[in-house]
Amino acid sequence: MSQEKFDAIVVGAGPSGNAAAYTLARKGLNVLQLERGEYPGSKNVQGAILYAKALEEIIPDFRESAPLERHIIEQRLWMLDDSSYVGMHYRSEDFNEDRPSRYTILRAQFDKWFSQQVRDAGAVLLCETTVTELLRDESGRVIGVATDRDNGTVYADVVILAEGVNGLVGRRSKLREELQPESVALAVKEMHFLPKDVIDARFNLKGGEGVVIEGMGTITEGMTGTAFIYTNNESLSVGIGCLVSDLAQTGRSPAGLLEAFKNHPSVKPLLAGSEIKEYAAHLIPEGGLKAMPELFGDGWIVVGDAGHFVNAVHREGSNLAMTTGRLAAETVADLKQRGVPCSKANLRAYTKRLEDCFVMKDMKKYKDIPSFLHGNRHLFDLYPRLVSKAAQNWFRVDGKDKLTKEKEILTSFRKGRTLSGLLGDAFKMARAWR
Amino acid sequence: MHIVVCIKQVPDSAQIRVHPVTNTIMRQGVPSIINPYDLFALEEALRWRDQAGGTVTILTMGPPMAEDTMRKALTLGADRAVLLTDRCFAGSDTLATSFALATAIGKIGETWGPPDIVFTGKQTIDGDTAQVGPGIAKRLRFNQLTYVAKIDSLDPESRAITVERRAEGGLQVLQSRLPVLITMLEGTNELRRGSLDSALRAARAEVVRWGAAEAGVEDTAKCGLRGSPTVVKHVFAPKPRAEKAQIIETAAGPVRTQADAVIAAIFARQPGIESDLLRLARHS
Ligand SMILES: Cc1cc2nc3c(=O)[nH]c(=O)nc-3n(C[C@H](O)[C@H](O)[C@@H](O)COP(=O)(O)OP(=O)(O)OC[C@H]3O[C@@H](n4cnc5c(N)ncnc54)[C@H](O)[C@@H]3O)c2cc1C
Ligand SMILES: Cc1cc2nc3c(=O)[nH]c(=O)nc-3n(C[C@H](O)[C@H](O)[C@H](O)COP(=O)(O)OP(=O)(O)OC[C@H]3O[C@@H](n4cnc5c(N)ncnc54)[C@H](O)[C@@H]3O)c2cc1C
Repeated sequence: MSQEKFDAIVVGAGPSGNAAAYTLARKGLNVLQLERGEYPGSKNVQGAILYAKALEEIIPDFRESAPLERHIIEQRLWMLDDSSYVGMHYRSEDFNEDRPSRYTILRAQFDKWFSQQVRDAGAVLLCETTVTELLRDESGRVIGVATDRDNGTVYADVVILAEGVNGLVGRRSKLREELQPESVALAVKEMHFLPKDVIDARFNLKGGEGVVIEGMGTITEGMTGTAFIYTNNESLSVGIGCLVSDLAQTGRSPAGLLEAFKNHPSVKPLLAGSEIKEYAAHLIPEGGLKAMPELFGDGWIVVGDAGHFVNAVHREGSNLAMTTGRLAAETVADLKQRGVPCSKANLRAYTKRLEDCFVMKDMKKYKDIPSFLHGNRHLFDLYPRLVSKAAQNWFRVDGKDKLTKEKEILTSFRKGRTLSGLLGDAFKMARAWR
Repeated sequence: MHIVVCIKQVPDSAQIRVHPVTNTIMRQGVPSIINPYDLFALEEALRWRDQAGGTVTILTMGPPMAEDTMRKALTLGADRAVLLTDRCFAGSDTLATSFALATAIGKIGETWGPPDIVFTGKQTIDGDTAQVGPGIAKRLRFNQLTYVAKIDSLDPESRAITVERRAEGGLQVLQSRLPVLITMLEGTNELRRGSLDSALRAARAEVVRWGAAEAGVEDTAKCGLRGSPTVVKHVFAPKPRAEKAQIIETAAGPVRTQADAVIAAIFARQPGIESDLLRLARHS
């Protein structure tokens, strides 16, 4: 047992834990951060797009020292069938700004950098230390943690659970339920190494510009999921993810899906000649608001993926992680300053902070999306095929008059799905989006 | 007892990649680890300290960022860490390295008491020369016990030490008198984890940083590139030879029968293997 008592213990050194530990340490609290990985970032998998705003709120001048790869100037959204894609691309010179809003990063490097800022701010970080359980007093209040090290218990006024999607500590301590297979996606990702000039030429980029490609369609074989390609300086992050429940039902392996995606005729040339340097798999909490666990209690508070803070539609996670980490820390620091305990009643201020900003507003706006996507297989299979066929019909100049083409396209949609089905989908989509 | 353990920070060889075009080794972005042999040396030092009392000092010559790996060694329970870091040490070969380390060990002795044992690993996984340990011993005029698999006994009173040395063709049991320098083999002991308290202490410990002057190095011409007669001219990856590899089409039939066929072919080519394997299996 450690004799020392800390103001706060942060479990995990991902974006949410680092944001929390940094904010607390900067406010002068005595913080202990525990990370099971060999170093921060060693266990983390992310595409990865960094959304600048969330980090700016924590470290305003992060651009001066953070390891950033490319800033994003172009977004490509692809709807794929087996041989084609229908795309919406948006590229703008306006994204070449002084303070770009999105960057590609390599999580291993980024987390290391963030962690250095945390330690420079005064927090104590122990790596290769796994939290096994929460410690409670007779009243049930959380008073510290047990770790897997010898004499491994340590005490604090509050424990911030930033342990990521699995939430093992929370589950073991009965703060939350088991993860449901329909609220988590399993994503696999590869890093494809290519020289910088090849990436620049292939994606039409110069001087640190980057592209994001997000794809959906028959690549997931009807399962709810998406694929992505992100440009880093000298590599491409290529990945695909599907709901665990869908994977279980179909028996498909994510690795097989990724292989198929990489071999899609629209994707293959982008990767040609690359060398794969790492392969990783990770869960993403995609159940939205309805899958969120309890977020706080006597002496504990949950942030980031552990709290299911992910906006799956917009592929946002790390920004919610950092924002919730910061808000939890501000809540705790505020209580500390007022000299009141981190009781359940007092920690309620955390939800208020979440509701006052984009975090809860977005979680609420998208609360029906997960069940909508999950219950509508044709979104990932039938529609992409129909749209692609329609586009092909439209663009082929084959002597047919345009009116006939329009009619054919309409009929193909009506044949694929009944009119009421089409209308119903549109209606459900609109309602879920609202 | 005062034990000094020399620890080198090396690139994690499991994560080194070879540039696909130039065929050179890419060190950039490769995480650093403690040279694996040195961990066995450290564990042995900690054990004997725990048994006989005293302190363990770890010593590294390397760039400032080597501090991270030193902190890891402190987590395991070392008492203090000295990082020898100075631009003038850059580019050292084994001669210059053993000069700098031996000088620093002299200074460590002046500061915290003369060492009774200096440990090094058998060799590193990047330079691989196995010369630094003996080089230090020679300069300090210590007896050297190389390729040590096990320390059988150590008596701080009579200052006698008995070790097992793995040599070609057998095991030697050697006895010597302290102070000695030991180069440690791999797989000799099981590494500890370090308690929460020692991890906390390590996270906050000051790593002592010495430049050449603080370490007592007077003649910097013997250091770094200037003091290194050896030059690594070219490092490259040997071309993988494909003729031994065989691609087996799994579509051609059940995997099991194919595997059996492959194994049968190997046994036919090298008749001794089957009986060797059986013997090994029986022994384990
Ligand atoms: C690919 C490559 C090839 C090289 N070939 C040669 C060569 O042929 N000749 C030559 O003179 N140099 C060579 N060098 C340089 C040499 O490796 C290092 O510069 C030298 O500092 C240490 O030698 P070593 O790594 O072989 O150590 P070894 O002699 O193999 O190391 C034995 C032990 O000495 C201790 N030790 C070694 N270095 C340090 C350190 N910096 N700090 C603390 N303890 C340490 C450790 O306990 C280690 O286990 C080479 C370097 C590389 C990268
Ligand atoms: C393939 C993929 C692509 C993604 N792409 C993006 C993207 O482009 N943009 C984006 O914003 N988000 C993206 N995300 C989501 C993003 O990665 C997460 O939302 C974010 O990492 C959550 O941060 P966190 O700190 O809550 O959790 P994590 O980053 O998972 O960190 C949790 C940390 O806690 C540690 N830990 C866990 N249990 C314990 C324990 N018991 N004791 C000690 N330590 C423990 C873990 O080792 C880990 O370091 C992606 C995710 C995946 C899988």
